[in-house]
Amino acid sequence: MTYFRNVVFIAAIAGLVAGVAMTLMQAFTTDPLIIQAETFENVAPADHEHASTNAGGEDHAAAHEHGADAWAPADGIERTAYNVLVNLVGAIGFGLLLVVASEFTGGVTDWRQGIFWGFAGFAIFTLAPGIGLSPELPAMPAAELLARQTWWIGTAAATAVALYLIFIKKTPALAVLGLIVLVVPHIIGAPQPDDHATPVPENLHHSFVVASTLTNLVFWVVLGTAVALARARFARPIEATRKSFA
Amino acid sequence: MNATTTLGSVSTQSRTLQLAMAGLLGLFVVGFVGFSHMEVVHNAGHDYRHSMNFPCH
Repeated sequence: MTYFRNVVFIAAIAGLVAGVAMTLMQAFTTDPLIIQAETFENVAPADHEHASTNAGGEDHAAAHEHGADAWAPADGIERTAYNVLVNLVGAIGFGLLLVVASEFTGGVTDWRQGIFWGFAGFAIFTLAPGIGLSPELPAMPAAELLARQTWWIGTAAATAVALYLIFIKKTPALAVLGLIVLVVPHIIGAPQPDDHATPVPENLHHSFVVASTLTNLVFWVVLGTAVALARARFARPIEATRKSFA
Repeated sequence: MNATTTLGSVSTQSRTLQLAMAGLLGLFVVGFVGFSHMEVVHNAGHDYRHSMNFPCH
Protein backbone atom coordinates (compact mmCIF):
# COMPACT_ATOMS: atom_id res chain seq x y z
CA MET A 1 0.00 0.00 0.00
CA THR A 2 3.04 2.27 -0.19
CA TYR A 3 1.98 3.52 -3.59
CA PHE A 4 -1.52 4.37 -2.36
CA ARG A 5 -0.05 6.18 0.63
CA ASN A 6 2.31 8.23 -1.55
CA VAL A 7 -0.47 9.19 -3.94
CA VAL A 8 -2.67 10.32 -1.05
CA PHE A 9 0.23 12.14 0.58
CA ILE A 10 1.09 14.14 -2.56
CA ALA A 11 -2.59 14.91 -3.19
CA ALA A 12 -2.98 16.07 0.42
CA ILE A 13 0.02 18.41 0.31
CA ALA A 14 -0.92 19.86 -3.09
CA GLY A 15 -4.58 20.10 -2.05
CA LEU A 16 -3.72 22.01 1.11
CA VAL A 17 -1.59 24.50 -0.84
CA ALA A 18 -4.21 25.00 -3.57
CA GLY A 19 -7.03 25.04 -1.01
CA VAL A 20 -5.40 27.83 0.98
CA ALA A 21 -4.79 29.78 -2.24
CA MET A 22 -8.41 29.24 -3.27
CA THR A 23 -9.75 30.37 0.10
CA LEU A 24 -7.70 33.57 -0.02
CA MET A 25 -8.88 34.31 -3.57
CA GLN A 26 -12.52 33.64 -2.67
CA ALA A 27 -12.34 35.99 0.29
CA PHE A 28 -11.73 38.89 -2.10
CA THR A 29 -13.65 37.74 -5.18
CA THR A 30 -16.58 35.32 -4.98
CA ASP A 31 -17.52 35.46 -1.27
CA PRO A 32 -18.47 39.17 -1.20
CA LEU A 33 -20.61 38.64 -4.33
CA ILE A 34 -22.37 35.63 -2.76
CA ILE A 35 -23.17 37.64 0.37
CA GLN A 36 -24.36 40.55 -1.75
CA ALA A 37 -26.64 38.24 -3.74
CA GLU A 38 -28.09 36.79 -0.53
CA THR A 39 -29.62 40.18 0.23
CA PHE A 40 -31.84 39.60 -2.81
CA GLU A 41 -32.92 36.24 -1.40
CA ASN A 42 -34.70 38.05 1.39
CA VAL A 43 -36.51 40.44 -0.92
CA ALA A 44 -37.54 37.76 -3.43
CA PRO A 45 -41.34 37.80 -3.13
CA ALA A 46 -41.81 34.03 -2.94
CA ASP A 47 -39.08 33.57 -0.40
CA HIS A 48 -40.32 34.73 2.98
CA GLU A 49 -43.95 33.67 2.90
CA HIS A 50 -44.28 30.14 4.23
CA ALA A 51 -48.00 30.18 3.50
CA SER A 52 -47.71 31.24 -0.13
CA THR A 53 -49.20 28.98 -2.75
CA ASN A 54 -47.05 26.39 -4.43
CA ALA A 55 -46.79 27.91 -7.88
CA GLY A 56 -44.01 28.50 -10.37
CA GLY A 57 -40.58 28.77 -8.83
CA GLU A 58 -41.89 28.06 -5.35
CA ASP A 59 -39.94 24.81 -4.97
CA HIS A 60 -36.76 26.69 -5.52
CA ALA A 61 -37.73 29.32 -2.99
CA ALA A 62 -38.62 26.61 -0.49
CA ALA A 63 -35.24 25.02 -1.04
CA HIS A 64 -33.66 28.26 0.06
CA GLU A 65 -35.44 28.11 3.37
CA HIS A 66 -33.57 25.05 4.59
CA GLY A 67 -31.18 27.21 6.57
CA ALA A 68 -34.02 27.91 8.95
CA ASP A 69 -34.62 24.38 10.20
CA ALA A 70 -31.22 22.72 9.65
CA TRP A 71 -27.93 23.65 11.24
CA ALA A 72 -25.93 26.24 9.35
CA PRO A 73 -22.78 28.08 10.38
CA ALA A 74 -23.46 31.53 11.79
CA ASP A 75 -22.41 34.42 9.57
CA GLY A 76 -18.95 35.75 10.28
CA ILE A 77 -16.05 33.75 11.62
CA GLU A 78 -17.96 30.47 11.88
CA ARG A 79 -19.12 30.64 8.27
CA THR A 80 -15.61 31.54 7.13
CA ALA A 81 -14.10 28.69 9.16
CA TYR A 82 -16.40 26.09 7.59
CA ASN A 83 -15.73 27.56 4.17
CA VAL A 84 -11.99 27.16 4.74
CA LEU A 85 -12.49 23.58 5.93
CA VAL A 86 -14.65 22.57 2.98
CA ASN A 87 -12.24 24.33 0.60
CA LEU A 88 -9.31 22.31 1.92
CA VAL A 89 -11.18 19.00 1.88
CA GLY A 90 -12.50 19.67 -1.64
CA ALA A 91 -9.05 20.67 -2.88
CA ILE A 92 -7.56 17.44 -1.53
CA GLY A 93 -10.33 15.52 -3.29
CA PHE A 94 -9.56 17.22 -6.60
CA GLY A 95 -5.86 16.70 -5.87
CA LEU A 96 -6.48 12.96 -5.56
CA LEU A 97 -8.28 12.91 -8.90
CA LEU A 98 -5.47 14.86 -10.58
CA VAL A 99 -2.70 12.69 -9.12
CA VAL A 100 -4.50 9.43 -9.93
CA ALA A 101 -5.30 10.46 -13.52
CA SER A 102 -1.74 11.62 -14.14
CA GLU A 103 -0.17 8.55 -12.48
CA PHE A 104 -2.07 6.30 -14.90
CA THR A 105 -0.16 7.98 -17.73
CA GLY A 106 3.26 8.13 -16.10
CA GLY A 107 2.84 10.88 -13.55
CA VAL A 108 3.47 14.62 -13.46
CA THR A 109 7.23 14.86 -13.90
CA ASP A 110 7.73 18.63 -14.12
CA TRP A 111 5.86 21.85 -13.37
CA ARG A 112 4.91 22.38 -17.00
CA GLN A 113 3.09 19.05 -17.03
CA GLY A 114 1.56 20.05 -13.72
CA ILE A 115 0.05 23.14 -15.35
CA PHE A 116 -1.13 21.01 -18.26
CA TRP A 117 -2.96 18.66 -15.87
CA GLY A 118 -4.31 21.69 -14.05
CA PHE A 119 -5.76 23.03 -17.32
CA ALA A 120 -7.33 19.62 -17.88
CA GLY A 121 -8.98 19.79 -14.45
CA PHE A 122 -10.17 23.32 -15.17
CA ALA A 123 -11.67 22.23 -18.50
CA ILE A 124 -13.36 19.19 -16.93
CA PHE A 125 -14.71 20.67 -13.70
CA THR A 126 -15.18 24.38 -14.49
CA LEU A 127 -15.35 25.17 -18.21
CA ALA A 128 -17.43 22.28 -19.51
CA PRO A 129 -20.14 22.28 -16.81
CA GLY A 130 -20.07 26.11 -16.81
CA ILE A 131 -21.05 26.28 -20.48
CA GLY A 132 -24.48 24.82 -19.75
CA LEU A 133 -24.86 25.80 -16.10
CA SER A 134 -23.27 29.16 -15.61
CA PRO A 135 -22.00 29.76 -12.06
CA GLU A 136 -25.07 30.54 -9.98
CA LEU A 137 -25.62 33.01 -7.16
CA PRO A 138 -28.12 32.68 -4.32
CA ALA A 139 -31.58 34.05 -5.28
CA MET A 140 -31.14 32.94 -8.88
CA PRO A 141 -33.69 30.55 -10.39
CA ALA A 142 -32.48 27.15 -11.53
CA ALA A 143 -33.90 23.83 -12.65
CA GLU A 144 -34.37 20.96 -10.22
CA LEU A 145 -31.20 20.27 -8.21
CA LEU A 146 -30.84 16.55 -8.91
CA ALA A 147 -31.24 17.07 -12.67
CA ARG A 148 -28.56 19.75 -12.67
CA GLN A 149 -26.21 17.64 -10.56
CA THR A 150 -26.72 14.71 -12.91
CA TRP A 151 -25.99 16.84 -15.98
CA TRP A 152 -22.98 18.43 -14.25
CA ILE A 153 -21.42 15.08 -13.30
CA GLY A 154 -22.21 13.59 -16.73
CA THR A 155 -20.63 16.56 -18.49
CA ALA A 156 -17.50 16.47 -16.33
CA ALA A 157 -17.15 12.71 -16.92
CA ALA A 158 -17.71 13.04 -20.68
CA THR A 159 -15.15 15.85 -20.88
CA ALA A 160 -12.60 13.76 -18.98
CA VAL A 161 -13.16 10.82 -21.35
CA ALA A 162 -12.91 13.18 -24.34
CA LEU A 163 -9.61 14.67 -23.19
CA TYR A 164 -8.29 11.16 -22.62
CA LEU A 165 -9.26 10.08 -26.13
CA ILE A 166 -7.81 13.23 -27.71
CA PHE A 167 -4.61 13.78 -25.76
CA ILE A 168 -3.63 10.36 -24.40
CA LYS A 169 -4.77 7.92 -27.10
CA LYS A 170 -3.40 10.08 -29.91
CA THR A 171 -5.01 8.38 -32.91
CA PRO A 172 -7.06 10.48 -35.35
CA ALA A 173 -10.12 8.24 -35.14
CA LEU A 174 -10.20 8.31 -31.34
CA ALA A 175 -9.59 12.07 -31.38
CA VAL A 176 -12.69 12.50 -33.54
CA LEU A 177 -14.62 10.25 -31.17
CA GLY A 178 -13.29 12.39 -28.30
CA LEU A 179 -14.59 15.57 -29.94
CA ILE A 180 -18.01 13.96 -30.30
CA VAL A 181 -18.03 12.89 -26.64
CA LEU A 182 -16.97 16.43 -25.73
CA VAL A 183 -19.93 18.00 -27.50
CA VAL A 184 -22.71 15.49 -26.73
CA PRO A 185 -23.60 16.80 -23.23
CA HIS A 186 -24.09 20.27 -24.67
CA ILE A 187 -26.31 18.94 -27.46
CA ILE A 188 -28.38 17.18 -24.79
CA GLY A 189 -28.37 20.50 -22.94
CA ALA A 190 -28.29 21.44 -19.27
CA PRO A 191 -31.55 21.54 -17.32
CA GLN A 192 -32.83 25.13 -17.30
CA PRO A 193 -35.48 26.80 -15.14
CA ASP A 194 -38.85 27.69 -16.69
CA ASP A 195 -38.21 31.33 -15.95
CA HIS A 196 -34.86 33.07 -15.63
CA ALA A 197 -36.31 36.13 -13.91
CA THR A 198 -34.25 37.03 -10.84
CA PRO A 199 -33.85 39.97 -8.49
CA VAL A 200 -30.07 39.56 -8.82
CA PRO A 201 -28.74 42.35 -11.08
CA GLU A 202 -27.16 41.18 -14.33
CA ASN A 203 -23.86 42.92 -13.63
CA LEU A 204 -23.58 41.22 -10.22
CA HIS A 205 -24.06 37.83 -11.85
CA HIS A 206 -21.59 38.69 -14.60
CA SER A 207 -18.96 39.67 -12.03
CA PHE A 208 -19.58 36.38 -10.25
CA VAL A 209 -19.18 34.29 -13.42
CA VAL A 210 -15.86 36.01 -14.13
CA ALA A 211 -14.68 35.75 -10.50
CA SER A 212 -15.69 32.09 -10.15
CA THR A 213 -14.14 31.05 -13.46
CA LEU A 214 -10.87 32.87 -12.88
CA THR A 215 -10.43 31.71 -9.28
CA ASN A 216 -11.01 28.15 -10.49
CA LEU A 217 -8.43 28.60 -13.23
CA VAL A 218 -5.84 29.79 -10.73
CA PHE A 219 -6.85 27.02 -8.31
CA TRP A 220 -6.25 24.31 -10.92
CA VAL A 221 -2.95 25.76 -12.09
CA VAL A 222 -1.74 26.00 -8.47
CA LEU A 223 -2.97 22.46 -7.78
CA GLY A 224 -1.21 21.02 -10.83
CA THR A 225 2.01 22.88 -10.09
CA ALA A 226 1.90 21.87 -6.43
CA VAL A 227 1.41 18.22 -7.43
CA ALA A 228 4.48 18.51 -9.70
CA LEU A 229 6.60 20.05 -6.94
CA ALA A 230 5.39 17.65 -4.25
CA ARG A 231 5.93 14.69 -6.53
CA ALA A 232 9.45 15.84 -7.40
CA ARG A 233 10.15 16.13 -3.69
CA PHE A 234 8.67 12.73 -2.86
CA ALA A 235 9.04 10.97 -6.21
CA ARG A 236 11.79 8.69 -4.97
CA PRO A 237 9.47 6.53 -2.88
CA ILE A 238 6.95 6.41 -5.74
CA GLU A 239 9.57 5.42 -8.29
CA ALA A 240 11.00 2.93 -5.82
CA THR A 241 7.57 1.41 -5.31
CA ARG A 242 7.08 1.21 -9.03
CA LYS A 243 10.47 -0.46 -9.52
CA SER A 244 9.84 -2.91 -6.73
CA PHE A 245 6.64 -3.90 -8.52
CA ALA A 246 8.29 -4.18 -11.91
CA MET B 1 10.47 -16.42 -16.75
CA ASN B 2 6.91 -17.45 -16.25
CA ALA B 3 7.06 -16.72 -12.56
CA THR B 4 8.46 -13.25 -13.24
CA THR B 5 5.73 -12.50 -15.74
CA THR B 6 3.07 -13.58 -13.30
CA LEU B 7 4.66 -11.59 -10.53
CA GLY B 8 4.87 -8.59 -12.84
CA SER B 9 1.26 -8.78 -13.86
CA VAL B 10 0.18 -9.12 -10.24
CA SER B 11 2.18 -6.05 -9.28
CA THR B 12 0.79 -4.02 -12.15
CA GLN B 13 -2.62 -5.11 -10.97
CA SER B 14 -1.80 -4.10 -7.44
CA ARG B 15 -0.55 -0.71 -8.63
CA THR B 16 -3.68 -0.17 -10.70
CA LEU B 17 -5.80 -1.28 -7.78
CA GLN B 18 -4.10 1.16 -5.42
CA LEU B 19 -4.53 3.99 -7.92
CA ALA B 20 -8.17 3.05 -8.40
CA MET B 21 -8.71 3.11 -4.64
CA ALA B 22 -7.13 6.57 -4.41
CA GLY B 23 -9.31 7.69 -7.32
CA LEU B 24 -12.45 6.39 -5.63
CA LEU B 25 -11.45 8.18 -2.45
CA GLY B 26 -11.08 11.40 -4.47
CA LEU B 27 -14.49 10.94 -6.10
CA PHE B 28 -16.05 10.27 -2.71
CA VAL B 29 -14.49 13.40 -1.17
CA VAL B 30 -15.48 15.67 -4.07
CA GLY B 31 -18.95 14.12 -4.16
CA PHE B 32 -19.40 14.60 -0.44
CA VAL B 33 -18.40 18.27 -0.29
CA GLY B 34 -19.93 19.20 -3.64
CA PHE B 35 -23.01 17.07 -4.13
CA SER B 36 -24.22 15.70 -0.80
CA HIS B 37 -27.92 16.35 -0.22
CA MET B 38 -27.46 16.34 3.56
CA GLU B 39 -28.51 19.82 4.60
CA VAL B 40 -25.79 20.16 7.22
CA VAL B 41 -23.11 19.41 4.63
CA HIS B 42 -24.78 21.72 2.13
CA ASN B 43 -24.95 24.58 4.62
CA ALA B 44 -21.36 24.13 5.78
CA GLY B 45 -20.09 24.08 2.20
CA HIS B 46 -22.57 26.60 0.79
CA ASP B 47 -20.11 29.30 -0.28
CA TYR B 48 -17.66 26.71 -1.58
CA ARG B 49 -20.35 25.12 -3.74
CA HIS B 50 -21.31 28.45 -5.26
CA SER B 51 -17.69 29.46 -5.82
CA MET B 52 -16.77 26.13 -7.41
CA ASN B 53 -19.81 26.25 -9.71
CA PHE B 54 -21.41 23.14 -8.22
CA PRO B 55 -25.20 23.14 -8.53
CA CYS B 56 -26.20 24.32 -5.07
CA HIS B 57 -29.85 24.99 -4.26
